[in-house]
Amino acid sequence: MPLNPDFVGRSFPPSEPYEVGREHIREFAAAIGDTHPAYRDAAAARALGHSDVIAPPTFLTVVAFRRPNAAIADPDLGLDYSRLVHGEQRFTHHRPVVAGDRLVSTSTITDIRVAGRNELMTITSEITTEAGEPVSTVTNVVVIRGTAPVQAG
Amino acid sequence: MAAQVRFADVEVGTELPALSLSIQRWNLIQYAGASGDFNIIHWSERIATLVGLPNVIAHGMYTMALAARVVTEWVGDPGALLDYSVRFSRPVVVPDDEAGASLTVSGRVEEKLDDQRVVVVITAEVDGSSVLTGARATVRLS
Repeated sequence: MPLNPDFVGRSFPPSEPYEVGREHIREFAAAIGDTHPAYRDAAAARALGHSDVIAPPTFLTVVAFRRPNAAIADPDLGLDYSRLVHGEQRFTHHRPVVAGDRLVSTSTITDIRVAGRNELMTITSEITTEAGEPVSTVTNVVVIRGTAPVQAG
Repeated sequence: MAAQVRFADVEVGTELPALSLSIQRWNLIQYAGASGDFNIIHWSERIATLVGLPNVIAHGMYTMALAARVVTEWVGDPGALLDYSVRFSRPVVVPDDEAGASLTVSGRVEEKLDDQRVVVVITAEVDGSSVLTGARATVRLS
């Protein structure tokens, strides 16, 4: 079944705040085999001009899993999870993520389009602090396999 | 921010030091825990093959994270990475053996921008096939 095109342009309320923990940054850095001291040692991070330990460039993916995306959970969207594949991902960082940040994510479905037999859906999430300071814009394109509307003729 | 590479020392075509990384099954378990992505196709061979995959596959975001290291290790300050985008072109199949999968990541400066920024194009391959396409990072040098 095709996705509901009425969802294009729809924004969803901000998530509950997610607090970036020092130990979680360390755990994530270890999982990606990245030994940079700026992820572990506040003094090393400060020597690079940061206020505290920073998170690796793709760390914000954890927010999507700890604060599941309201955009794709709505049954009226018609998304079949079993057909979903990750197509593209982009992070535009307005500043590095720093330990202690309390982040909220506001997501918008910015595009739904057909590519052959598949559909592509773009979700754009603005990650800000609770106070509204921009931190990152995260763009995620998912491919839903085999759900494109059947063309007439 | 304090990149350890100077903008003036870099030209279009400058190659970044390449990385060769081994991905084994336990790496995917560890990444699942750290990221919160417990999708079963990243750890169960039974389910992965049931849905038509050749074996367990790596999380795309894990491959994306590994590939970023070619840039952050070169530039010295991970906070200097301003923009990073990839397309996932082919799954990284990770068999449950000692070899696992071998990922090779390289990077090359594609463009110099204003404000001491450069665009790096990243290549990530397993067995000679690209697993990411259109992978680019914009970084601010010093």
